Amino acid sequence: MEMVKELDPALIKRKRNGQINIKSGNKIDSVVKWTIWVLTALTILAFFFFDYTGLQLERAVTETLHNIRVMFFEPGLSHFSWGEAFYQVGVTLGLGVLATIFGAIIAFFLSLMAAENLSKPWLSNTVRVVVAFIRAVPTVLWVLIFAIAAGLGSEAAVLGMLFHSVAYLVKAFSESFEEVNPGIIEALRATGSSWWHIVINGVLPSTFTYLLSWTFLRFEINFSVAVAMGAAAGAGGIGFELFMASGFYFDLREVGFITYAILIIAIILEVISTRLKERYFPSSVKTR
Amino acid sequence: MDAKQMRKNKWQTTIFLILIILITYLSSFITNFNLIESIATIPAAFSWIFSNLLITEESLQKLPQILEKLGETIFMSIAATTLAAVVSLFLAIMGSKTTKVNQTFSVIARFIASFSRNIPVVAWSLILLISFGQNSVTGFLALFVATVGFLTRAFIESVDEANQSSVEALTATGATYFHMISKAVIPQSLPQMLSWILFMIETNIRSATLVGILTGTGIGYMFDLYYKNMNYNLVALITFTIIIAVIAIELVSNKIRRVIL
Repeated sequence: MEMVKELDPALIKRKRNGQINIKSGNKIDSVVKWTIWVLTALTILAFFFFDYTGLQLERAVTETLHNIRVMFFEPGLSHFSWGEAFYQVGVTLGLGVLATIFGAIIAFFLSLMAAENLSKPWLSNTVRVVVAFIRAVPTVLWVLIFAIAAGLGSEAAVLGMLFHSVAYLVKAFSESFEEVNPGIIEALRATGSSWWHIVINGVLPSTFTYLLSWTFLRFEINFSVAVAMGAAAGAGGIGFELFMASGFYFDLREVGFITYAILIIAIILEVISTRLKERYFPSSVKTR
Repeated sequence: MDAKQMRKNKWQTTIFLILIILITYLSSFITNFNLIESIATIPAAFSWIFSNLLITEESLQKLPQILEKLGETIFMSIAATTLAAVVSLFLAIMGSKTTKVNQTFSVIARFIASFSRNIPVVAWSLILLISFGQNSVTGFLALFVATVGFLTRAFIESVDEANQSSVEALTATGATYFHMISKAVIPQSLPQMLSWILFMIETNIRSATLVGILTGTGIGYMFDLYYKNMNYNLVALITFTIIIAVIAIELVSNKIRRVIL
């Protein structure tokens, strides 16, 4: 019987002339190959759709190289002092902290609703769809939309950044909750404990370090988002100074100084979060 | 767990919570953030969104122009991601512990990646804007540089995770370095890398909007233009098209990911 099954003609891929195709790959290979071809084709096509108004490539490249040299080798301050610079970096960090902490609190409750082992299917699906929708709108659009209603300032920035933080953390948190050993939940349920008891005494203790690590990873992202919001949505902080230095004063030395300031903070945050990942995450979740 | 340990844990939790509250308070002080005020604005903001961000028939007439700019943005992020992936592949092979040629190249590759990743895309686009001017190339380059940094880190992880035994087996048969890379390392880590590339395309479409606002290109520029003109119907339409595009791309890449991973 086994032989008959193996010789099933539908399973043997033949070339047009009837030869058996010995090179026929599996589905994974063909999908990988197709994806790469499509992406390559789209990339080539892209250069025909670009808008090249006012571009003088040679001049632009030499100028940019010169600018980058000025920025990184002669950084300096001219429009504000060191104290002011520290304060502005603090504002950006503050915006990141607020969006992350409030985001984590909201995300905690939403992810309890989104986790399949703690919630009902309809509720978890609803939360997931809402989160996917929120994620699809770029953060800068959220901030700008809130800026009309709340006025420009830290409130609009934090509220706008909150949306993406919540969406990101709900995904991360609910996946951590779903990995909780079902035995723990079952044991607690058998003792007749309520849903809140299960969450506080069963789920929370075994996932707490994950939640904290994810929250910190989001803080790393939120710092660069806060820089971006300062530049693009007038949220203040070091991002706004960067925008002013390059867009209004054309002061490359100051741009260089600000870039160094951002770079130093970003590298510190990255080192901490790499350590957290290596220490607390198993290799299966590390690559994300 | 004895009583002493439990008391210690309780203390740790309390101190931790106090620390978090202090940091939050300090942050709201330095940023002039008012929690109560901002909670109060949320209902107002949503009622504003539902009464002003409406797509009208009049705004639909601009749809072809918007779609053209959206297309430009999508192309920009795909091109930036794909080309960045090619560069990142070389950097990752240089930088990975298992496939590096020598220590110097490895350090250089990791340095380039860290440098381009940690300078935010905003800074790159503002720097490039000065000499490249308002066109797609500026946005493309800004996304490209930031993506190289991110993808190199991700690719290094994928290459490091590749199974060593096939590399060893090939080395034993006397295969050259290039044989080893092309027959053992790349085939193994390709699906993982492709998944990262797809993830980066999604991310870059959202970043492209931000870069567009700063550099005056693509859909970001359209948004900024109508936002400043207070033409909120068009703002709503543009936001809606971005949502559709991002969700569509996410669905396609999820489907591909489900097959290849």
